[in-house]
Formats: sequence, C-alpha cells, structure tokens
Amino acid sequence: MLRMDCLRSVYPELERCLVVTIMGAVAAELQSLGHRPNFFYLQHAMGLASSTGLGLALCLPAQKIIVIDGDGSLLMNLGSLSTMARYRPGNMVHVVFDNESLLSVGGFPTATATGTDLEGVARAAGIPCAVTVRSVEDFRAAVTAAIQRSELTTIIGKVEPRGPSVYITGLGLLENRFQFRGHIASLRK
Amino acid sequence: MPVSADNSRIIYDALKACGVRLMSALPETWLVHLIRMAEEDPEMMLVRLAKEEEGVGISAGAHFAGVKSAMLMQNHGFLASINGIVSFAHLYKIPLLMLISYRGSFGERDPWQTQGGNVTEPALRALRIPYRRLNAPEQAAGRIRQAQTLAESSLQPVALLLTRDLMWEE
Repeated sequence: MLRMDCLRSVYPELERCLVVTIMGAVAAELQSLGHRPNFFYLQHAMGLASSTGLGLALCLPAQKIIVIDGDGSLLMNLGSLSTMARYRPGNMVHVVFDNESLLSVGGFPTATATGTDLEGVARAAGIPCAVTVRSVEDFRAAVTAAIQRSELTTIIGKVEPRGPSVYITGLGLLENRFQFRGHIASLRK
Repeated sequence: MPVSADNSRIIYDALKACGVRLMSALPETWLVHLIRMAEEDPEMMLVRLAKEEEGVGISAGAHFAGVKSAMLMQNHGFLASINGIVSFAHLYKIPLLMLISYRGSFGERDPWQTQGGNVTEPALRALRIPYRRLNAPEQAAGRIRQAQTLAESSLQPVALLLTRDLMWEE
C-alpha cells in the first residue's frame, strides 16, 4: 500500500474537514494532490500534529478534524495518545501512516519495524476506536466511516517506505498558517 | 499546603479578564489552586497534559480556532517544551501565554528543583522570549494583561515567571 494512493482515495472527503499533517512526505504528497485552505502542514515540531488537532477539536466541536500523522512523529509524542483519549473528542480522526521508517532522513527503521504496534498502543492508551489497515480500499472505508462516526478513531495505515523525490514545496509556512486561520475564521461567520 | 490561594485567585481572574478560555496544564505544587479553579470553571477548557510540550500544539490549535489560551507549567516543563516553542511557535508565529512556576530559586528546599532554577532565565533570554517576573499580587493583573496583549500582537511566546514570593506563604 502506498501512502500516495491512500491520500488520493480520501482526498475528496478532506474538503469538508480541517486537516493537520506532519512534515515530510505526507505534506509534500498531499500538496501534490492540490493544496486547500483547510489544510495545515506542520513542517517541524515532530509529534505535535496530534496535539494541534486536539486543540482544534476541543475548540471547534462542530468541525471535523483530521490529523495525518506518521510513525516517527507519533513515537516522539506517545503521551499525546493518552491526552487525546482523556478528552476523546468525537470530531477528531487520527490517521497514522506507518512505514516503519524515518524515510526523509534516509530510511532508518523506527520501533514499529521491531515490534511496536501503534494500534495496540493507541487502544491501551484509551483511544475508543483503533484499527490497522493494509489496503487502499480498507483505508478509504476506515477513514470515511470515522469521519461519519462521532467517536475518536486512530487509523494505522501500514504503507511502504516510499516518498516523493522532493520535500520542499512552493507553499510558504507562514502563508499556509495565516490562510488556515483565516479559513477557520470564515467558517465562524 | 502553603501555596497562596489568594494570589492564585488573582492570577486566575486576570487570565479570565484577558479572555483566556483554554488552559493546558501539568500539575505541579505551586499550580494546584490554579488548576482546580480552571477545573471548576464551566467557562474554561482545562487540558491536562502528559508532557508540557503538547501544550504548544494545543495552544496553536486554539489560536487557529480563534480561542485565547494559556499554558501553566513548571520551569522544568518549559525546558521540556523548547523544541515545540522553537519549531512550532517561533517558526509559525503562534502566540503563547506561558505561566511558569519559577522553582529552584532563592528559598528552594527541594534539591531536585535547583538546577532548573539556574537556567530558566538564561534559556528564556537565549530563546528571545519576552518575560517578566510576578513577585507581588498588585503586579499580577496588569502584567498578565500586558503579556497577553504582547503575545497576541507579536504572535510569539511570552512568559510570566510565578515566583516564590507570589506563590508560597510561610
């Protein structure tokens, strides 16, 4: 399963949500499908995409928040799963692309390559719904169902360690940030 | 426990008066009254963290949502948050109002707190984070209001150091 195919399969669903992604391949690939003003790419601060999504979800209960995380980032902030589970916002979907690798720095194996099971970690942390998917069809079905359900869900998508040839995109970090906040302000009017 | 309930109330009321509606916190002795006040206040969202750096992301999400927030942490929690401050709040111009209990300074009896006290202000200066100490209750409301105003206008982290003189009664 390729992350790019997964992103393509749910891209239409993302239009109605607020999306927070991690840095690297996820941000570059989602932008290659077409940037939208409701997408925010956290191009550093590994681990904090899920915390940002939690802040958004708690402050904007009428919006659907989708965090697109990765194994390397989530492993840097496993405590975030316990904080998410504590407040368990039903309007938050937490997608984790697990390629068992720190791909952008040369493909060093993460702990998920040596046995750490992020679905199990999420479930044990108290996330009410945690699933692992291994095909694009299952990924699309899981994400679509989670968006429609009102239950905090973590979806681990096991993907191959393949990414784009370049990671830097034409979208400035601050341009993205101000556009994202402006988009949310326009939703409140 | 000789944590000042009266001065905690002054700090809490000042945060409310600034429009703060979300607080992230990780419990520490000097912050117990502030956390309890947030917990008992139906107008306040209290987010209890596993580690203080999460609070940078929580506050960024709140800022994107148009909600004013504050972070309650010990100075060791500030030290544990530095990468988030630099590679999120500074990089993306996110306002943070950080209330930091200033452990390990004059009068500290807990040996384990003492090293953090030595490096708190140098770390704040190295990060170019504007900060003031809160020493006396009569300063609190004004400086909290000024800190919140500066954080919002400059879109950057601003810190207030909650000192022993303000927080501890004995």
